[in-house]
Amino acid sequence: MDKNDKDYKKILIGKRIAKELSDGDFVNLGIGLPTEVANHIPKGINVYFQSENGIMGVGPAPNSGDEDPEMINAGGGFITAISGSAFIDSAMSFAIIRGGHLDMTVLGALQVDQKGNLANWWIPGKFVPGMGGAMDLVSGAKKVVVAMEHCDKNGNSKILQECTLPLTAVGKVNLIVTDMAVMKIEKDKFRLLEIAEGYTIDDIQKATEADLIIEGEIKNFGVN
Amino acid sequence: MPKIISSKEAAALIKPHNRILFGGFLTVGCAENIIDELVKTGTKDLHLIAIASDYEHKGVGRLVVNNQIKSAQLSHLGTNKSTQAQMNSGQIEVEIVPQGTLMERIRAKGAGLGGILTPTGVGTVIEEGKEKFIVDGKVFILEKAISADFAIIKAKKADKHGNLVYSKTARNSNPIMAMSADITIVEVDEIVEIGELSPEEIITPGIFVDYIVLSGLPK
Repeated sequence: MDKNDKDYKKILIGKRIAKELSDGDFVNLGIGLPTEVANHIPKGINVYFQSENGIMGVGPAPNSGDEDPEMINAGGGFITAISGSAFIDSAMSFAIIRGGHLDMTVLGALQVDQKGNLANWWIPGKFVPGMGGAMDLVSGAKKVVVAMEHCDKNGNSKILQECTLPLTAVGKVNLIVTDMAVMKIEKDKFRLLEIAEGYTIDDIQKATEADLIIEGEIKNFGVN
Repeated sequence: MPKIISSKEAAALIKPHNRILFGGFLTVGCAENIIDELVKTGTKDLHLIAIASDYEHKGVGRLVVNNQIKSAQLSHLGTNKSTQAQMNSGQIEVEIVPQGTLMERIRAKGAGLGGILTPTGVGTVIEEGKEKFIVDGKVFILEKAISADFAIIKAKKADKHGNLVYSKTARNSNPIMAMSADITIVEVDEIVEIGELSPEEIITPGIFVDYIVLSGLPK
């Protein structure tokens, strides 16, 4: 498949992040790219998804015609509930989020930097959608994973020494999975863990503005 | 005992400059019948407090489109272009509040607290102009309680005491907002006799409810 294809990138990133999940995890997936993770849960494990508008235990999207107007996720999309799910109010939902009870949150980002800072809610001078639940999610989840394309549509690195956009949270990001690489924050740098099939270490260095730690074995990851 | 009124009577209670909590999340769990009537009254200069400003054609977003909102506290406005446009032109003054913080600031008012200490927003623009506290080595922002004249919320059922039960993800901000305004108006799909709801299933006790509006009553 073409490594520049949008759907390919989505599956690549979603599938790789799904490998971070453990049996019994409670997870919140952000709107957009992060939702792809739910399609790749490894066989043999159960993962419980929260949607912060008010449900623990989100199930798959309903079949066409079975949509329930009172069953939506935080993106406004129709959902079902799994057996054993629970409906919660917004204060309870954010107590779960802020209180450190979620094992993982997966969010998109405009920029991430090597101090673990994240920017994903505001481009000054342009649109201000608001942060919704993102600031609480990154503040409270045990593990913060960023799912995004490595570079913006103009080819500029989104992985920086220092974010230039207004921050969502300071020092909270643990892991980044892009269409090119898997990297974790370590000692105020990004340690390169894995490279997507079709790319070289040189490609990653060229596409990354942040300081990288490149040492030891670096594996490949792909869609298969 | 709460009073049962029509959506038109409910809308007539709202006056210019009132601060109003609107329950719902992207219109799910939103008191659409009361908002219908409020749009008809055209009452202006309202202060809107809600999770999101919904859509231009649905939910509280219609009040924005109808130029009835003077200021707002919201956590998300990306689904309504009118809110963005009016914010840019200076017509609406918007405070953007992280969603969890918004809920706790509202809940704090209802619970008699002056505010809450939250780690959300530390090191971001959200902390600007606010006091910070260190508790057991961790930094928190003081976020003050949010007060309101009215809460306009939606539940599935009320009994005549105003005890409320909700439905699925339509619960969201409604039970929090029910606690926190001077006057709470709830729109429901069904009103039942006292004793018909099990005390175990009631999420909002009737003590918080002042007026009940039945959805679909003649307007």
